[in-house]
Order: sequence, then C-alpha cells, then structure tokens
Amino acid sequence: MIDVLLIVFIITLLYVSIANRIITYVKVLALQGFILFGVTFMQLQEINTLNLVLILLETIIFKAIAVPLFLDHLIKRNNITREAEPYIPNFLSLVITTIIIVVTILLANSVKDDNLDKIFFIVALSTLFTGLYFIASRKKIITHVMGYLIIENGVFVLSLAVGNEMPMLVNLGVMLDIFASVLILGIFLNKIGDVFKDVDVNQLSNLKDY
Amino acid sequence: MTGIYLTGGILIAGLLFANRNVIINNVLIILFGLLQTIFTIYQCSNYRGTELEYFTSDSLGLLFLITLTVVSLPALMHSYLYIKRSPETSHHSRSIYFAALVLLITSISAAYLANHIAVVWIFTELTTLSASALIYHHRNKLALEGTWKYVFICAISITFVFIGILFLSLSLQGTGSEDLSYSNLMAKSDQLNPFWLRLAFLFIFTGFTAKLGLVPMYTAGVDAKDKAPAPAGALLSSALMNMGFIGIFRFYIVIAHTPLHHWANIVIFVSAILSIFVATVYMTKVINIKRMFAYSSIEHMGLVMLGVAAGGIGYYAAILHLVLHALVKSSMFFQFNQLYNVFQSKSVAYVGNYFKYNPTGAIVLLIAFISATAMPPSGLFVSEFLIFRALFEGQYIFVLLLVLLLLTIIIWAFAKNIFKILFSPVEGFDDSNVPRINPWESLTQYVLLFAAVWLGLNPPEIFVDLIRESVILLQI
Repeated sequence: MIDVLLIVFIITLLYVSIANRIITYVKVLALQGFILFGVTFMQLQEINTLNLVLILLETIIFKAIAVPLFLDHLIKRNNITREAEPYIPNFLSLVITTIIIVVTILLANSVKDDNLDKIFFIVALSTLFTGLYFIASRKKIITHVMGYLIIENGVFVLSLAVGNEMPMLVNLGVMLDIFASVLILGIFLNKIGDVFKDVDVNQLSNLKDY
Repeated sequence: MTGIYLTGGILIAGLLFANRNVIINNVLIILFGLLQTIFTIYQCSNYRGTELEYFTSDSLGLLFLITLTVVSLPALMHSYLYIKRSPETSHHSRSIYFAALVLLITSISAAYLANHIAVVWIFTELTTLSASALIYHHRNKLALEGTWKYVFICAISITFVFIGILFLSLSLQGTGSEDLSYSNLMAKSDQLNPFWLRLAFLFIFTGFTAKLGLVPMYTAGVDAKDKAPAPAGALLSSALMNMGFIGIFRFYIVIAHTPLHHWANIVIFVSAILSIFVATVYMTKVINIKRMFAYSSIEHMGLVMLGVAAGGIGYYAAILHLVLHALVKSSMFFQFNQLYNVFQSKSVAYVGNYFKYNPTGAIVLLIAFISATAMPPSGLFVSEFLIFRALFEGQYIFVLLLVLLLLTIIIWAFAKNIFKILFSPVEGFDDSNVPRINPWESLTQYVLLFAAVWLGLNPPEIFVDLIRESVILLQI
C-alpha cells in the first residue's frame, strides 16, 4: 500500500510538469499532503504514539490544508494571473521530468544496501530534482515557492525512510517545513505582493554589480 | 552557562523586539555585550567541557567564539551609531534590527560550540531568520529583493544540509548506532557506508556553501552583505562565514578518516578554484564598494578551502586565515559607514579623494586593503603563504599557478578601486556640507587591524596551540 501511495506521489510530479494553471499546483500540493499523511501513518509504526500524532497532524493540517489555503489566499489577494508561465513548453517539461525519474531509478538500482527501501530513495531524489527543475523553469515567484514546497515534501519522504530508527530526524524535518514555509510564505510573499505589483522574477533583477 | 547564555540571548532579543524606549534599548545592548563577553571567558575556562549534552567548548569552536566576540562588540557599538544617525529609522525598525543582531550573534555562538550535526543545522536555520531581518532593515524595493533571494537560497541550502544529514543517518545504519554527534561519527568512521557518505558530503557541502560563500551558493551572501547595514554586514562576512566553515570542516574531519578523503578533496578543490575564479571576474567589474568587499570575502574563502584540500600545513593555515580574515573584513565594513557618511554613495564612481575628508578613516581603508590583499606586513600574508606552501608541497603546481594568476588580477582590480576612493577627486562633488567624522570612531578598526597583524606575525603561543589542537585529528 505504501508503494501505491508513493507511486501516486511520483505521478503527481508528472502532472505538475504539464499543469497550465497555478491553481492546479495548489491542488497537487494538497494532494501530496494527504498522500504523505497516508504514508506516515503506515510507515512509522515503531515510534511512540504522541510523536506520531504530532507528525500526522503536521502533514494533514499544515501540508494538506493550511499551506494550500494560504497559497490560494495569496493568489487571490495579489491578483496573480492564472497561468503558470513556464519558460519551457509543457511537453518538454514532461520529457525532462521523466528523464529525471528514470535516472534516479537507475541510480537507486546501483545501490547495494539492504537497510533502505529503494522506493523512498527514488521518490525523494526525483522529487528533489523535479522541484529544482520547476524553480528554474518557471517565471513567477509563487511557482518558485511551490517548487520549494514540493522539494520539502520529497525531503519528508526521505526522512520517513529512516523514521523508525531515528524519529528525531522526522521531527527535524517537520521543523524545517514549518520554519521555512512560515518564513517564505508568511513574511515575504506578503511583503513582495505589497511592494511589487505583478509578482514576476524579472522584477527581481535590480541588484547588480555594475 | 550555555543554558543561561542561550536563554539570556533569546530573552534579550525578545525584550529588544518588544521594547520601544531608546534608553532601555541601549541598556539591553550593553547587557548583551556583557553576557557575550562573560560567556566567552567562561568557555575559555571550561575548555573541553560539555554542557547541555550538545555543546562542547573544543579548540576550534573556542577560537571562533573569541573571534566572534571580538568582532561583535564593535559591531554592536557601530550599529548603535548607525541607527542613531540614520534619519529614517523608526522605533519599530530599530527594535527589529537590534533583536535580529542579538539573535544572530547568539545563534552563531551556539553553532560554533555544537558537537552534534543536527544542532549545528538548527542554529544555521536561526541565523537565516535573523540575517534576513537585518537585510530587510531599509524596507525598500532593493532590500526586499536582496532579502527574498537570501531567504530563498538559504532555505534551499538548509534543505540540502538536511538531506545530507538524512543520508548520513543512512550511512550510519549499518554500524548499529544512531548517534549523529561528531565524536560518534569519528569513532564509527571506518564502518560508514561509503555510497551514502559520499551523497551526504555532497549535500552538506553544497548546503553550507551558502553561509561560507563558495560556488555554487555564494550569490545569496553577496546580495545580503550589500543590502544589510554595514555593521551587520561585518558580522555576515566574518562570523557567519566562519560558521559555514565549521559546518563543513567538522564533517570533513570525519570524511578524512574514510577512504573518501581524496575524493572529498577533489570536490573542495573544484569548488574553491571556481570561487576564486568567480571572485576575480566580478572584482574586475564591480563598482559597488560593499559588493567589492563581499567578493573579496569569497576569494578568501576559496583560499581557505584550498588550504583544507591541500592538507599538511594547509589545515593550520586555513584556520589562521579565517580568524585573520574575520578581523580584517569586519574592520573594512565598519569603516564603510564613515565613508558613506562623507560621500552618501556606495558606488566607486561617486567616491574619491577620501584622504582629504577623513584621513584617519582613509588610513584604515589603506591598511585594510593591504591586509586583505595579503601584502606583508599584514598577518594574512603569513597564512596565505602557508596555504601556497601546502599547495606546493602537495604537488598541486598547476592549481597554484592558476590561483596566483587569479589573485594578481584580483589585487589589480581591488587596488584600482581602493586608490580611486583614496586619492583621485570626483568631478562635481560638492564638499561644502561634508560632515566632520570623529576620528575616534576609527579606533575599533585600528584595534582589529593591529590584532590581525600581531596574530599573523607574532602569534602568542596559546593561539598557535589552539589552532594546532583544532586540526590535530587530521594528522593521519
């Protein structure tokens, strides 16, 4: 069952790579939150209950509900247009995302370590690189933020792989999530929306050396 | 004491944040200065002691902690002067500024002493938070842009470090131990799984380069030092960079005891040479004075990492270089505010003939320039010479030649700008309302620069012992 959920997780990446509208990104982030909830629930069976409840609450309340709602609010408040505005055509994006996934699978197959569930490794690493790719290939700041949130979800998957042995690391991951999301979303996207009228990375190129 | 210090630091930061009264504000700053000094003295007496389980006062941490305290006291003083003089500062932005500064110093100190990789990581996060508040101090469009870039790149970097820690825990799984403290990693270094360890090193190294200022993540730091007020910039380009170094170096010591040592050296070489190259390219065309200082820091960090990668005497030289660089670069940033008060501009094009308006400050700038370009009598000459010797002894002749060539270009570009600032007058500059700068304000910079010369040319025995002690684990 965990495998099924993780494969759905990978499919969401492919789906995002061809998404045209920003609202699709938000929906996918919410879906990923729910998937992570399911994976956490099934994977972390050896850690103590209180800790598990905290982590589950984080995935369901923070990742799946609060962040998408807040993103939605930001999009409405700042009148961000609906298009995701990629630099690269969607078809090419799909191909590149697929290549990333295939390469991580090949890399994972070269690992000789019985301690690790390979699928966690594959999902985490391909999410990381796909997220970085989204950041590099999209124009709007808000899609950059979403790319970062996708990376965080991937990191969370990886921390689940070692979660039973070292629950401390999962907690650190939760902390990173909340800290970085609050810092990035809460403070700066709000501010940037106030100062720059149309939020586009091209407006953020005034700091120069000459 | 570490507990008292952390609680005290965070409490003072909170009070500074909540308080709007100027007098209380100043009292709190003095209080924090005292706390920082007492904590440093206490840690010196508590050498090698461990507190709260996660904080060990080892030689490397202690060395950097003393440097931080020496730099942070003038930083607090210059911040006070800076805030008092800048007309647009509201009570609100003043309290945020000082709260962030105190939080930054506290979290850097804690990161120096932490003996557990996850604890270092947590305090790195805190420095991102506090540094971003400092960068956003002016609340205009450019400051927002700088802050946004800094926050975003640092967020990605700390995520990278976290991924590295996860890989490290995977590599530790085969050994039957789950403790990620550096001492345990050292003890288990021969059993670590090399594949995961390799990935862990790549990610942790890449992540910490944002703080250390190396390729690939150096960009954030440059914008940050440009937009943050100069006294804060002094901390960002000295103490914060040392923190990035500590994050990499403590893990590097573990790697050095595994078969991956040689491979890690190659990674560091590539990153260091690219950093020096990038610094060279930008130094030749940069005209923003603060950015020029920031690129010079990148060059120095590249040299430091070359020393680490070359090994031998290079380890010693790298740490000596970091301490001296922190003193020199922070004095440069402190001087910048006086320069700005005279010319009201950051651009080399509108700044010139500084000797006429503020001779005391101009001499500071001249000495700092001589120090930063590592010409004798500066202390950095000694450390840079030792780094070159390490490269030579390690048979990295081509690297050495390339670096020397790049350094020559950097010295040329740096000198061109500095001499323009010091000597050649600007056409059309109206000097009728240039304020008289109090020469005593330069005193801190003289002290720091003198300390750098003294520690380089005639280091006291205890200082040498501390550096030797920090690299003793690397003498394999």
